[in-house]
Amino acid sequence: MTAPHSTDALIIGAGPVGLFAVFELGLLDIKAHVIDILPKIGGQCAELYPEKPIYDIPGFPSVTGQALIDNLKAQIEPFSPQFHLSEMVVSVQSLGTAEAPLFRVTTDADTVFETKTLIIAAGGGSFQPKKPPIPGIEAFEDTSVFYAVRRMEALRGRKILIVGGGDSALDWTLNLQPIAERVTLMHRRDEFRAAPHSVEQMRALAAAGDIDLRIGQVSGLKGEGGVLSAALCRDASGQDFEVECDAMLPFFGLTMKLGPIADWGLSVHENLIPVDTEKFETSTPGIFAIGDINSYPGKLKLILSGFHEGALAAQRVHRYVYPEKRLTFQYTTSSSSLQKKLGIV
Amino acid sequence: MAKIQFIDFQGTARTVEAEPGSTVMEAAIRNGIPGIEAECGGACACATCHVYVNEAWVEAVGAPSSMEEDMLDFAYDIRPNSRLSCQIRVEAGLDGLIVHTPERQA
Repeated sequence: MTAPHSTDALIIGAGPVGLFAVFELGLLDIKAHVIDILPKIGGQCAELYPEKPIYDIPGFPSVTGQALIDNLKAQIEPFSPQFHLSEMVVSVQSLGTAEAPLFRVTTDADTVFETKTLIIAAGGGSFQPKKPPIPGIEAFEDTSVFYAVRRMEALRGRKILIVGGGDSALDWTLNLQPIAERVTLMHRRDEFRAAPHSVEQMRALAAAGDIDLRIGQVSGLKGEGGVLSAALCRDASGQDFEVECDAMLPFFGLTMKLGPIADWGLSVHENLIPVDTEKFETSTPGIFAIGDINSYPGKLKLILSGFHEGALAAQRVHRYVYPEKRLTFQYTTSSSSLQKKLGIV
Repeated sequence: MAKIQFIDFQGTARTVEAEPGSTVMEAAIRNGIPGIEAECGGACACATCHVYVNEAWVEAVGAPSSMEEDMLDFAYDIRPNSRLSCQIRVEAGLDGLIVHTPERQA
């Protein structure tokens, strides 16, 4: 474990609202770290609808999800936020008081932060792998069934069944084939939406007999004590067959789950975090929630609402970070001090 | 207006009115039909508005596009009559349509 990052503000979620919070905090001289479970910034905009136009961002008659994120990234560059991607916050411990909050925040990669304020901008929650509807699959998870490959070596010499037809399934088929005893790729149909080059390589391996390609769906698992011995499968015509395997990697995309946020001692109502509408602070002083994840009377789940919420939360964050300083309201159009921060003058 | 019936996995049926030109997903969300999440808001990007088209209606509804097929790969408990309801456009010929919602979306 490395020394904790000491910071004034820690933002959970690198979606549009989390990114814009960096800007509003930056104008008030507050540096932020940003954590996201995805390997890239942008949240839902980048993961769910990068190509889809959004029509209700003020000033943009039409902007795609990805273009909005690219613009936000450029906008916050002057404040050089530090991103911690592919990490999920697992615990939040309060070390301070209501007047002088301090939190110790730990991620699943053992990164530790000591932050005065925490801003939860986690949207619909964290993106997590979808689990296939296979009875009893839980008993095999982490021993024989893995939804992500953290360490390839753990799969060396094993008989691996990879399920799915997208880039993850194809990439891991190609990457694991050289070190596995045997790789079987199973998909519900004989068409793959992965990169054409990967599909070609996979077809070549299958034609050469170096992997098995099976068309069907997994309906059950065989094994004992968490150790998998075979998957029970069914093809499109209803024919049952078995695939011998001691490891299974299902790749069925991502879904959003509130995840560990529920355990941080905040009041949570129907998977949303109630906040006030002056500071967008949660039931715990120093912890804020902005964007789709919060709730208050009249809440609209719009990106523009999240921007507004970030601006107001930043004002309160300033009081925690600089309790002695008086905050004067300024405009970026006319304030030379703001323009200096933005690198314009 | 066209009538659409949603039957949940426990057999409870709910009938709603849908405007021609809208999608079956929109009709579900507008009427608070449980079991349709539509996380991505109709972009064919999340597979959380998955339905099973009633056997009698499979032909009238038609087959999914290849983009929808790709996204169906991510749906939970996929069957031959699986469709994403955001990709089914309501038209006069679908008046009386029956779809079944799955036990869960993800």
